[in-house]
Amino acid sequence: MESNSNKKTLARRQFIFDSARMACGVGMLGLGLGLYAKQSKALPALALRPPGALPEDDFLGACIRCGLCVRDCPYNTLSLARPEEPVATGTPFFTARNIPCEMCDDIPCIKACPTRALDHGLTDINRAKMGIAVLIDHETCLNFLGLRCDVCYRVCPVIDKAITLDMVPNQRTGRHAMFLPTVHSEHCTGCGKCEKSCVLEEAAIRVLPPKLAKGELGSHYRVGWEEQKKAGGSLIDESKMLDLPDRLPEGAVVPGHYDPASGMTATARGVPGSEAGAIPSAPPGLGGKP
Amino acid sequence: MSKRIGADAVATKGWWSAHRWLLLRRFSQLSILALFLLGPLAGIWLVKGNLNFSYTLDILPLTDPYVALQSLAAGHVPEMLGSLGVLIVLLFYFLVGGRVYCSWVCPVNMVTDAAGWLRDRLGIKGSVHLSRQTRYWILGMTVGGSALSGVVLWELINPVSMLHRGLIFGLGTAWTVVLAVFLFDLFVMSRGWCGRLCPVGAFYGLLGRWSPLRVRAGQRQACNDCMDCFEVCPEPQVIRPALKGEDKGVGPVILAPDCTNCGRCIDVCAKDVFAFGLRGNNPASTLPGQRQGAGE
Repeated sequence: MESNSNKKTLARRQFIFDSARMACGVGMLGLGLGLYAKQSKALPALALRPPGALPEDDFLGACIRCGLCVRDCPYNTLSLARPEEPVATGTPFFTARNIPCEMCDDIPCIKACPTRALDHGLTDINRAKMGIAVLIDHETCLNFLGLRCDVCYRVCPVIDKAITLDMVPNQRTGRHAMFLPTVHSEHCTGCGKCEKSCVLEEAAIRVLPPKLAKGELGSHYRVGWEEQKKAGGSLIDESKMLDLPDRLPEGAVVPGHYDPASGMTATARGVPGSEAGAIPSAPPGLGGKP
Repeated sequence: MSKRIGADAVATKGWWSAHRWLLLRRFSQLSILALFLLGPLAGIWLVKGNLNFSYTLDILPLTDPYVALQSLAAGHVPEMLGSLGVLIVLLFYFLVGGRVYCSWVCPVNMVTDAAGWLRDRLGIKGSVHLSRQTRYWILGMTVGGSALSGVVLWELINPVSMLHRGLIFGLGTAWTVVLAVFLFDLFVMSRGWCGRLCPVGAFYGLLGRWSPLRVRAGQRQACNDCMDCFEVCPEPQVIRPALKGEDKGVGPVILAPDCTNCGRCIDVCAKDVFAFGLRGNNPASTLPGQRQGAGE
């Protein structure tokens, strides 16, 4: 009788130890996998997901790595990540500088997806947010150098909305204009055609994940002129607004400036009788006779 | 050991009969792979995708239910087509035996079979011991881990999908993982990957828990204890109850879900003890004259 219960105890101990061994061994494997999973969520900045892709956190749980989106992409834009690539193995991505997204109207990659990794609710490719183009280098961009390259602007499928050319004076020459390519994140789909076609050795404009590309105002910030527009008028009683005197540095004269202290307006340059001379240490653009 | 496994069977039945199921299995594995490769290599798109999800002739969706389960654990339900694919695959393997996937479809099976064959030819003895239950623990870990991490966890390192996807979409360095599995089976652990570690096989094993199609040791009274079936079987523990259970009143059907229905035991048996049969055809005794229930 006693040996029987002894045997039972031994068997129970063995069972517990075996289970503990399994739990610990497999647990360690799981821990390693979990850490690897955490790493794999860090998508490299230049790897872009297909249109409609869920945020990276959700994407790696929803995508089953079948490659149907890759197959149905008519431009061979997408590929499945190989183990050596810094993107979770088997998941679809593209690199804009190699092959950008051509923004098909019927979005075949989303239609092909058997899961919800690509949002089937996205039916207008112009609303895709694969990333946001950023003119990342103002020092080498040819338009910033005062030339008229304009290629990124010309190739943009959402031209004049996603990228505009904003004219500013060229302060280097003092007499020309610069047309600065300016991205408007609201309209940019992140297709990457601008990055692909940038004529530089290394693209000065690049598509980045929205999280990297965008700043964010504090939630309590209100932009006055927009609030005014919304309200249909000024939010304050403007008649009670105090106009405090503006002061210029001693001896400085800005043409046309009203000086409330003297009640005088400085004569504009070039106007006969003007005595306005050179402005000492004035910022460029303000100073010097032409 | 002086004689090769299955030598008796070759002598009595001829080479072709002694390799019938093996050849059919290789044919199945290679033709499935060929169907997938026909698209990227020849531009004939009968099948798109890979084993995780495939779409055949724009009609038949097939989804790997284990991947879908991990995705579900991570909180994501597939689209209509993906769900339909899960149902079809579940139903199919529920009927023919879950681990039919392992022996008739999975491309890694050819790798580990090659390792097993070479291990036998080189006479490599000794193997690190690891319980065959390990894979079920790993299976549980991957599903639980998917829920915790929100990532389809096993797909990060799954050699099965790495090899299959690699062959179709570009291998990259996936071959190193496959080579590691081969060398692991060859030198470290006999039948280590498929028999002890792989959670894909564990999942399909559970799926085929009650499958009607099974291997039966219907002629077990003819067994001459040559042990060839035990030697050749990738999951030898499944054979004993059915083959040697006459005295204990155990029926001749191999009921263990670990059996892959590969049919190698049928091939190598010179006495034709084994045959594919149905789960229900499982009388306690197979001795002539003592038949109970439906005989053959």
